[in-house]
Amino acid sequence: MTATVTTAPALRRARPITPLVAVGDIAAIARRNLLRVARTPQLLVFSTIQPVMFVLLFRYVFGGAIHTPGSTYVDYLMAGIFVQTTLFGGAQTAVGLAEDLRGGIVDRFRSLPMARSAVLAGRTFADLARNVFVLALMVIVATGVGFRFHNGAVPSFVAMIVVLAFGYAFSWVFAYIGMVVKEPETAQVAGFIPLFPLVFASSAFVPVASMPGWLQGFARVQPVSVTVNAVRALTQGGPIYHWLWQMIVWTGLILVVFVPLAVARYRRI
Amino acid sequence: MADTMIEVAGVKKAFGTTKALCGVDLAADRAKVLGLLGPNGAGKTTLVRILATLLLPDEGSARIAGLDVVRDADAVRPIIGLAGQYAAVDETLTGRENLELVGRLYHLGRPEVRRRADEVLERFSLTGAADRQVKTYSGGMRRRLDLGASLVANPPVLILDEPTTGLDPRSRVEMWGFIETLVADGTTILLTTQYLDEADRLAHRIVVIDYGKVIAEGTSDQLKDQLGGDVVELRVASPGDLDKALAAIAELGDGKPQVDAEYGRLTLPAKGGPATLMAAARRLDESDITLEDLSLRRPSLDDVFMALTGHSAGADGSDGDEPQPADDAGGGRRGTT
Repeated sequence: MTATVTTAPALRRARPITPLVAVGDIAAIARRNLLRVARTPQLLVFSTIQPVMFVLLFRYVFGGAIHTPGSTYVDYLMAGIFVQTTLFGGAQTAVGLAEDLRGGIVDRFRSLPMARSAVLAGRTFADLARNVFVLALMVIVATGVGFRFHNGAVPSFVAMIVVLAFGYAFSWVFAYIGMVVKEPETAQVAGFIPLFPLVFASSAFVPVASMPGWLQGFARVQPVSVTVNAVRALTQGGPIYHWLWQMIVWTGLILVVFVPLAVARYRRI
Repeated sequence: MADTMIEVAGVKKAFGTTKALCGVDLAADRAKVLGLLGPNGAGKTTLVRILATLLLPDEGSARIAGLDVVRDADAVRPIIGLAGQYAAVDETLTGRENLELVGRLYHLGRPEVRRRADEVLERFSLTGAADRQVKTYSGGMRRRLDLGASLVANPPVLILDEPTTGLDPRSRVEMWGFIETLVADGTTILLTTQYLDEADRLAHRIVVIDYGKVIAEGTSDQLKDQLGGDVVELRVASPGDLDKALAAIAELGDGKPQVDAEYGRLTLPAKGGPATLMAAARRLDESDITLEDLSLRRPSLDDVFMALTGHSAGADGSDGDEPQPADDAGGGRRGTT
């Protein structure tokens, strides 16, 4: 063994977790997760291929059969695609957490004197950063297939914030799911269970008015629809505030319910 | 400051109907290694997880440096380090990034994080591999990094959960060397193991647990003395002679003979020492049994374990009918071994 200067172990006093300390912990974990993304670019590539396929599928295969009053289908469609992309990407939060649980690194983190919320917040913020990248890419793809922002720069920018904020709130749902199921393979599937009805029984791809009456009631009020409608109004014009406040309420509700649920689950996992 | 650094009193933990720990007491003194010895499923990992503040006990209390692991968990975490058989490091990060991440999360200052990471890398001979991703590391290197990560903040108490399980013999001996140095520096260590030679070599005191209960406690020598003397061991040349040999010498022993059919081996507690050995030799000769080996030796911890529990320490849950108080039940880490 090489001779090294070793300080004798000392009883280190616990440093209280102030908000500033917590932010540092969150940043450390977020950085770690982003390094992982950067070093496994194939994951990022695959997570962008799927949304591009959806764009092509709806734009060129189904689109011709879907009638959207007041706008071209491609302009109608992309609000739905943006929201869907960030939501499906959020399923990675569940998978990533379940992988960390299985690998034992969550045990290490939990035995450290770090903020209890940092592993989850760091994870969700890293996924938010990834979503920014994927969303930017989707805007380019959308423009390529004929989509245009018809409502000016500021509302369009706000639309992107709305998409990301809603996706961020949902990544806490996925964080909770990941910790409940604990197996990465199961987490992948379990993440999609709440997503499917929310994304497809919504105004994302088809006008709600084309659905049977019993489904319309659900499709009109559920969070994905109101978010898509807000994004659509912001990018294409139309009544913005009616949808925006509903979207804000839903996003707030999801955070208020799932942040404490997920953190409690993390503490007692 | 108390000189008992780890203190566990009456700790019970059940997962559903499975009782993982049924009232465990133990204590470890400063700068000593307490060996927690037991087969898979004995409850070792459950106890480790309680001490590391990962799991709440149902009953009883556990203290580290006088601090309660439940009530004062926030004060316990800065003074413990946890490492184990799962090598909980991030594969996509480099060795240095792993250590610096842990250092930051212990809230060391930036310069100290760098300095400590360098020190740890050097100490564990990982300097050359410091900037390579961990997925390129060998099993032994990962385990060294994992142990290193638990040392970044130089904690006075170290909890090592089967640190050498799955390592090749050379890496094991190397790991033992590192652990001995840490103790010499004043670190208190709780070491769980299912290897008797490991406990024999490293632990100042040994606590043997089985099915969530402490079944014996003491120094390695004290545990061996519980057998009350030496052991006659023999190995027959042809496996068919094993029963004959057993019949010939069974009544000479001072306890139940242990038969290991796989290796044609028979061990017999022998308080009489050489006299018992001579008598055994005569009888075996009269019975025309050809031996590969016949010896008198001090009992090993394996003999002690066998005498205490009726099964070998290494018996990996091979008895199909034994209940499985799964160590893992609270952890969600399964099937990794």
